[in-house]
Amino acid sequence: MKKTGAQILCESLCREGVEVIFGFPGGAVLPLYDTLPQYPKIRHILVRHEQGAAHAADGYARATGKAGVCLATSGPGATNLVTGIANACLDSSPVVAITGQVARSFIGKDAFQEIDITGITLPITKHNYLVLDAKELAKVVKEAFYIAQTGRPGPVLIDIPRDVFQQEAEFVYPDKVNLPGYKPTLFGHPTQIKRAAEMINAAERPVIIAGRGVIISKAFAELRELAEKAQIPVITTLLGIGCFPETHVLSFGWLGMHGMAYANRAVHNADVIVAIGMRFDDRATGVVSSFAPQARIVHIDIDPAEIGKNVRVDVPIVGDVKNVLEALNQQIVPREHLDWFNQVDKWRDEHPALLIRESEALLPQYVIRQIYEVTQGDAIVVTGVGQNQMWSAQFFFYDKPNSLISSGGLGTMGFELPGAIGAKVGRPDETVWCVAGDGGFQMTIQELATIAQENIAVKIAIINNGCLGMVRQWQQLFYERRYVHTLLSGPDFIKIAEAYRIPALRVTDKKLVVSAIEKAMDHEGPFLIDFVVEPEENVFPIVPPGAALVQAIEMPKPEKVKP
Amino acid sequence: MATTKHTLVALVEDRPGVLNRVSSLFRRRNFNIESIAVGHTEQPNLSRMTIIVEGDDAKVEQVRKQLDKVVDVVKIVDITSDDKVARELALVKVKSTASTRSEIIQIVDIFRANIVDVSSDSLMVEVTGDEEKVGSLVDLLRGFGIREIARTGRIALTRGAVGPLQVEEPREVKVPKQPPKPPLEAESPPDW
Repeated sequence: MKKTGAQILCESLCREGVEVIFGFPGGAVLPLYDTLPQYPKIRHILVRHEQGAAHAADGYARATGKAGVCLATSGPGATNLVTGIANACLDSSPVVAITGQVARSFIGKDAFQEIDITGITLPITKHNYLVLDAKELAKVVKEAFYIAQTGRPGPVLIDIPRDVFQQEAEFVYPDKVNLPGYKPTLFGHPTQIKRAAEMINAAERPVIIAGRGVIISKAFAELRELAEKAQIPVITTLLGIGCFPETHVLSFGWLGMHGMAYANRAVHNADVIVAIGMRFDDRATGVVSSFAPQARIVHIDIDPAEIGKNVRVDVPIVGDVKNVLEALNQQIVPREHLDWFNQVDKWRDEHPALLIRESEALLPQYVIRQIYEVTQGDAIVVTGVGQNQMWSAQFFFYDKPNSLISSGGLGTMGFELPGAIGAKVGRPDETVWCVAGDGGFQMTIQELATIAQENIAVKIAIINNGCLGMVRQWQQLFYERRYVHTLLSGPDFIKIAEAYRIPALRVTDKKLVVSAIEKAMDHEGPFLIDFVVEPEENVFPIVPPGAALVQAIEMPKPEKVKP
Repeated sequence: MATTKHTLVALVEDRPGVLNRVSSLFRRRNFNIESIAVGHTEQPNLSRMTIIVEGDDAKVEQVRKQLDKVVDVVKIVDITSDDKVARELALVKVKSTASTRSEIIQIVDIFRANIVDVSSDSLMVEVTGDEEKVGSLVDLLRGFGIREIARTGRIALTRGAVGPLQVEEPREVKVPKQPPKPPLEAESPPDW
């Protein structure tokens, strides 16, 4: 039967199991919006800015493991998606972005709202398409979802001219894809797996560094089996948080610029590193020339281009983490590393990274810890970028698989609120806490309207220190306290929330933190709490830029940094 | 780190934008592409690219891996150290007079090049060979005055029966194996 391009797109989305689209209408996508009501199975959530649509699709994808879909019109609609697409690309998140384009006869004429979005998104998508014939549409959608969700996931953009939405074509949905240039390697090479097992079995001071690849591959059980069988301390990356229970006896926090000092020391002194689904990002390794100088490295990743990119690797294993660990675990000999554990424990005693200092003031770390206590860790936390992100990662203990959602690679302020919308829509039965800074929150603050209109029960905690905290911290530590353009005179967040008909509370007193969080949890819908915290609180430890992991600046003792 | 000249050959899907997808990855890594030649292959819908870049081995290998991830790139290999035949074509328009014409023709003959166009005051020379040969001929012709040069950039095939770019038939799923090294021919034909 013949269908219009718009119908073919909707039919194809249904075949891919798409339940929700985050979008914003406009001229070039009008034929599609006109068709959407014919497909009530697809829920459309109207955002207030296309960046919010891309972040929400990304949050949805990270929370569910399924592709998140966002939709925008041509020109400015498409360019507003760009930050969100880049964010998804750097954190390997399966997002399918659909953009309208001007009608085919107008392409290349600088028509109204025409922009070359496939050209613009070339370096920030896994692949992209400009569909010039409705006949191609079903095949393109099939391929796009396949590419986005397999291998190392990533965003795929489909650009569709307005008249292709209206063009009629036969609808046949392909049952498989044929992409000669895209064949992800799923199983590790047996020889390399054997070499890795031998290296791990002979290790004296091994550590596992586990990244987001473990979460994407859902290899939680396999990672745990490896760690428990071989008795190896598990250290995660920032985005790997939630791949291994943080209260497990083998869990030793996360590494990197704001990672725990003992985790960084363990990595620095290890003789064997098993790197799983991570990519040795510079924020994780510190200065790379002095990263883990004594270690031989086993690197497991599905993306061959990541292996050997930043650090030298002794045993490369390309494959899906779950498959590789399954094969590897069979060759692991149970053993103990008591001396090594005693050593790491000693570092933990000497460098207690996660203490909250004694103070009458309302400290941001205390707020995060109380959210953990009240929710008993049973929540998904979506963070902004900066101090709020680091405190959320440090002072909440993530035992639940895939319970921290955060913008790591791109470091996108403004991700938190729309990201939390996506997470809550994807996992409606979970409590979702959006931890925002007062700076980043204002970058996508308009999505409060989306939350109100769709009644999305996100709990929002603004860590309000009246400044761009992380940048201010760098100015304090590395630019002699010259606070250039980092102090914010923010709006009254309570009035803003009220204007959007979202109940809100302001907390300035430490004693009222718990009751406010409980109130937010008891309320059925969305709720906002403005925590007005100590403005000059810093994130510790911090590895200065250009320093090695073990050269971290730790929290000054006994009181805070000089005023 | 020492830089060397690398010869990369790629099989790519014959689609709009594919050249941009490939070249932009080099730009991102700040590589200057010395030459790039694209043309059809023995298989429909596939084009072959020969790319010459200068860079250190690790960086070129990183770009090669990134290029291999591009969906439209079916396969890409670095054949720098392989035994191969590499050629480029150049068209050279050189000034000529009645007195210099025969001398030019002699030089062209020595290089087994061809005269493909003649006018009263110029000759067009077509030459095929490796860069050294093309370069030497151009140097010799420079003395007569060169009006214009067009060069294709290098194309290359590895010697022997099986090449590194031969792809499996579509749909045939098998464990990828290393293609056998192309056997050395008993006597290599002269390059020019």
